[in-house]
Amino acid sequence: MTKIATSRPPVVTAAGGRGRVPYTLVLAALAVAVTMAATAGIAVGSVRLPLGEVWAILLHRLYAPLAEPTWTPVRETIVMDVRVPRILLCGVVGAGLSVCGMALQALVRNPLADPMLLGVSSGATVGAVVVMVFNVSLIGAFTLPLAAFAGAFLALVLVYFLARAGGRMTTVRLVLSGVATAEVLSAVAGYLIITSGDPRKTESALRWMLGGLAGTTWDLVWIPAAAVLLGTGVLLGLSRPLNLLLAGEEAAAALGLNVHRFRGALFALVALMIGTIVAVSGSIGFVGLMLPHVVRLLVGADHRRGLPAVALLGAAFLVAADLAARSVITPEEIPIGILTALTGGPFFLWLMRRGAAR
Amino acid sequence: MTAADGPAVLRADNVGVVVDGRALVWNVSLEVAPGEVVALVGPNGAGKSTLLRTFYRALRPTSGRVTLDGEDVWRMTGRRLARRLAAVLQEAPGEFELTAYDVAAMGRTPCKRAFQGDDSEDRRIVMGALGTLDVAGLAHAPFDRLSGGEKQRVLIARALAQRTGTMVLDEPTNHLDLRHQLDALRLVRRLGVTAVVALHDLNLAAAFCDRICVMDAGRLVAAGPPAQVLTADLLAEVYRVDAEVGPHPHTGVPQISVLPGDLT
Repeated sequence: MTKIATSRPPVVTAAGGRGRVPYTLVLAALAVAVTMAATAGIAVGSVRLPLGEVWAILLHRLYAPLAEPTWTPVRETIVMDVRVPRILLCGVVGAGLSVCGMALQALVRNPLADPMLLGVSSGATVGAVVVMVFNVSLIGAFTLPLAAFAGAFLALVLVYFLARAGGRMTTVRLVLSGVATAEVLSAVAGYLIITSGDPRKTESALRWMLGGLAGTTWDLVWIPAAAVLLGTGVLLGLSRPLNLLLAGEEAAAALGLNVHRFRGALFALVALMIGTIVAVSGSIGFVGLMLPHVVRLLVGADHRRGLPAVALLGAAFLVAADLAARSVITPEEIPIGILTALTGGPFFLWLMRRGAAR
Repeated sequence: MTAADGPAVLRADNVGVVVDGRALVWNVSLEVAPGEVVALVGPNGAGKSTLLRTFYRALRPTSGRVTLDGEDVWRMTGRRLARRLAAVLQEAPGEFELTAYDVAAMGRTPCKRAFQGDDSEDRRIVMGALGTLDVAGLAHAPFDRLSGGEKQRVLIARALAQRTGTMVLDEPTNHLDLRHQLDALRLVRRLGVTAVVALHDLNLAAAFCDRICVMDAGRLVAAGPPAQVLTADLLAEVYRVDAEVGPHPHTGVPQISVLPGDLT
């Protein structure tokens, strides 16, 4: 009979599913990574806490008899009111960006797509910059994120209608509208910053654009957390149609998917998630581009397996990146977007070279 | 697991597709009986693929309608149609790290609800389909790195995994070597499904199909049993080639030899 299987070079089977680590093991390892990153993230800071104490405080808060309070109330305040909300938000943002990146790459059927590509984050930047430059403060701490979200939403609507013509949404048009909208909105944000003439405003705007989670309070955590949790759940339910998108437009239609309607709905969902995330974190690049790749290498392209894994990996990665951003040049804090770009850029190039070597 | 639907009657009623004022398909009517295998042949740009696209809901006809057992395919949901009609297309997934198994397993999607996992039955069907197409050994190989013929066979396996009673195949023998060309068409016959197959190879069409429909410039210009349709006159008119047609000495199937000279 045929000799197809035996005559192949061994590299094919080595790179295939057989050589992969079992899925549950990957998930368990990622869960451990998230826990470790979060523990370290809570322990490290201007006041350094022992890891055991971090867990004792958390357990005590969860259920008082679990741990005897041997720490000062100040330390508990630091953990519960300063570090935990920040770490939580970090995890939510990292998970959200990664999940959105994976869904978006399926949506435009291009593994090089990034959440920042849709123009949504540039819209958020314009919203945030307007608030900073014109000193708007209508509703206190919520003003900035709300304005950023409004900007993101307007960009979403704009890109959506630019990309959709005659009930059809093609991937090329989506990417082009996203990129063009992003360029125009970045220009608007840049103009506003340059003409503000106030170096302090310029600095805060620049910091916002490079991303950061300093000064996170509990109030700011809930909405993005709910959005990411809910959105990820919906995407998990949609993972079969997401898989079909990888097969191509015609094939997906032949397999029962209403491609154009699904793309439109998926774009709206992902853009809303991104808008909610960027509104609290600023634009953090490369997370949504890089981590879906790593996960596909680990567990394959099936979204049913990929989405949970990428959410965990994203959370662990961003918590670790935030930790690095806080501790590299203490007491200064580097914007986290700089760190993710510094690691993401080389990764991207490596990926490209690896692809070329195939 | 839903039982596979039986072979259906596939009908096109005066189907027309006009894009930007150009009629790619014009007034095509065609009925395929349950279990019948019909070849769709014609020169490049004759409208074969366009017509097929209206069958599997990738392109809505601008006039006329396509029905499956009397039901308009454009009035049912895509999912419902995909459980009754499978398509083998030219389009192949790329770039992502999909394995051959992943690609073939997409064929199970129309039978699944959201959040419903694959059970052992699904895996058996998918592996069975890959085995039928002689590519089970490549199940865990990256789809991207398969040869053209292997990819084509995985795509046929995907359609097979849909377990439908009707199939539409757009150049399924593309990239396949001689043996696998025969295997693929023999398979379609053996399945007993209603099938419409776009083919370039007229000899294959004559050998494997009950009827041959010839398209030219968007119209259906001839339809009937191979021996009636495939004539030197028709080949001269539609393909503009000089050919000799005669029954094969052993099988009796019409056989076409294209002559190298220019048609005068």
